[in-house]
Amino acid sequence: MSTNTSPRAAPSGAADFRDVATAHAPFRYGRLALWLIVTIVVVDFGWIVANNENFGWPVVAQYFFDPTVLSGLYVSLGLTVIAMILGVALGLIIAIMRMSDDRLASGFASLFIWFFRGTPLLVQLIFWYNMSTLFPNLSIAIPFGPTLASWDTNSVITPMTAAIVGLALNEAAYMAEIIRGGLLSVERGQAETAQAFGMTKARALRRIIIPQAMRSIVPPTGNQLISMIKATSLVSVIAMADLLYSVQSIYNRTFEIVPMLMVAVIWYLLITSVLNIGQSYIEAYYGRSDRRNATAAAKPAVVTEEASH
Amino acid sequence: MTALVKEVAVDAKPLVQARNVHKAFDQLEVLKGIDLDVAPGEVVVVLGPSGSGKSTFLRCINHLESIQQGFIEVDGEQIGYRVKNDRLEKLTDNGIAKQRRKIGMVFQQFNLYPHMTVLQNIIEAPVGVHGESRKDAIENARQLLKRVGLSEKEGNYPRQLSGGQQQRVAIARALAIKPKLMLFDEPTSALDPELVGEVLATMKDLAKQGLTMIVVTHEIGFAKEAADRVVFMDGGVIVEQGKPEDVIGNPQHPRTQAFLSRFL
Repeated sequence: MSTNTSPRAAPSGAADFRDVATAHAPFRYGRLALWLIVTIVVVDFGWIVANNENFGWPVVAQYFFDPTVLSGLYVSLGLTVIAMILGVALGLIIAIMRMSDDRLASGFASLFIWFFRGTPLLVQLIFWYNMSTLFPNLSIAIPFGPTLASWDTNSVITPMTAAIVGLALNEAAYMAEIIRGGLLSVERGQAETAQAFGMTKARALRRIIIPQAMRSIVPPTGNQLISMIKATSLVSVIAMADLLYSVQSIYNRTFEIVPMLMVAVIWYLLITSVLNIGQSYIEAYYGRSDRRNATAAAKPAVVTEEASH
Repeated sequence: MTALVKEVAVDAKPLVQARNVHKAFDQLEVLKGIDLDVAPGEVVVVLGPSGSGKSTFLRCINHLESIQQGFIEVDGEQIGYRVKNDRLEKLTDNGIAKQRRKIGMVFQQFNLYPHMTVLQNIIEAPVGVHGESRKDAIENARQLLKRVGLSEKEGNYPRQLSGGQQQRVAIARALAIKPKLMLFDEPTSALDPELVGEVLATMKDLAKQGLTMIVVTHEIGFAKEAADRVVFMDGGVIVEQGKPEDVIGNPQHPRTQAFLSRFL
């Protein structure tokens, strides 16, 4: 290989003046002014909000850890977690069906996505909640034949089940499209290689395709999770005691509408902030093979190169 | 034509038998009746201009592409099909997956699994598909890495390696399943010229050790040195085949002559 050509080989000593190592960045007064203006505006806005008695900060503090609020918070969190897990699992199945060569599977998946993405979540929730008006009894039966078991719809579809089913099915439709996009983003040669090595389709998906698809699935899924937390507030319309419903039940009594909404807002912000941090860790995990000098690079990467020529 | 032809003498039985193989993509006929036998231990190099169908033929051998007429048999099994009640039946995806397990393949674009380290890449199929114990697979993988000269890279991810190193890992990965047959699909075409040599050296080494190989390549030098037989394809048919010194040194067919003249 070529021995280092000295950078000092350039003509004349004047070159030292132009060595970029000696350069300095000019002071930018414009940036400083902008920083000052923005800081003043933000601090002033904070000051106004903090000193506006209508926000009722003492009331916010008083009710922040109120048992009603906390139990509403648990309901919101629980609903989010369950609906999200069901939504992702079902979404994965729908995505795989949608990509399948089988016309029946892909047709069903398209129909599912078309329906659940195409109607408002609020309407879907109300429908599930009022299932008993459409089908008073739920039964397991042989088509056109005898009934094997039967239940009263109202005992099966409680506000809780209506909320879970409604949120999960809606989420599944969106997740299916996100996951499908992720699977499509993996280079075609990868599936082919797994195939050539005798892997079954299921194994190829699990070991080769999905881990690579995760990098493009995780960021939009984080979005979905945050939307889901806020979407759980919709279940208050079907008398499900979530975070929003419980602060509403308090301000219906005390008429402290804004302070109680501030309690809910701060809780929602706290949860989404925690989730953002979690998401960045997950993204770093799935991006680990991309960092050029990760883990094993402790040994110099170029040593073996020259041997071959 | 659909029935399997059983040969009598076991030692005379070729490892790969292709008969009258036809393949078309929609209207475009890519293979127009290929007949080829490959004996165990033989190294066959397939040469030909791009678009001659040589890569497609290679991919038909492990059923990455299905064929429309004729048959291909590897190690006594018809690829992609089985005989049931005296009738030929298409195999399910999992049935085909089983047949592929004795065939190793090396791709033009390496196709290493980018989310796995070099060692994980190599042991994935032995452990996950062939049911080898993790310990044995790792031991075997380390030996293979030594053989391709990359022992110290086992913890690296593919992106941290040069193209030539990636392709050598890909060769080790294919060898790890202890294949009866190795398919090389233009293994050096995606490499910078200065990296081609290390990959070819590894392949020559394998050829010497008696591995059955079918190599699609543009490397005439490799064909001369390592091939037992050179097959020249053009326009979806085999135009000429024979010993490398005959086909490359003294080509008979005008199309072979025209192709080879470009390399002189």
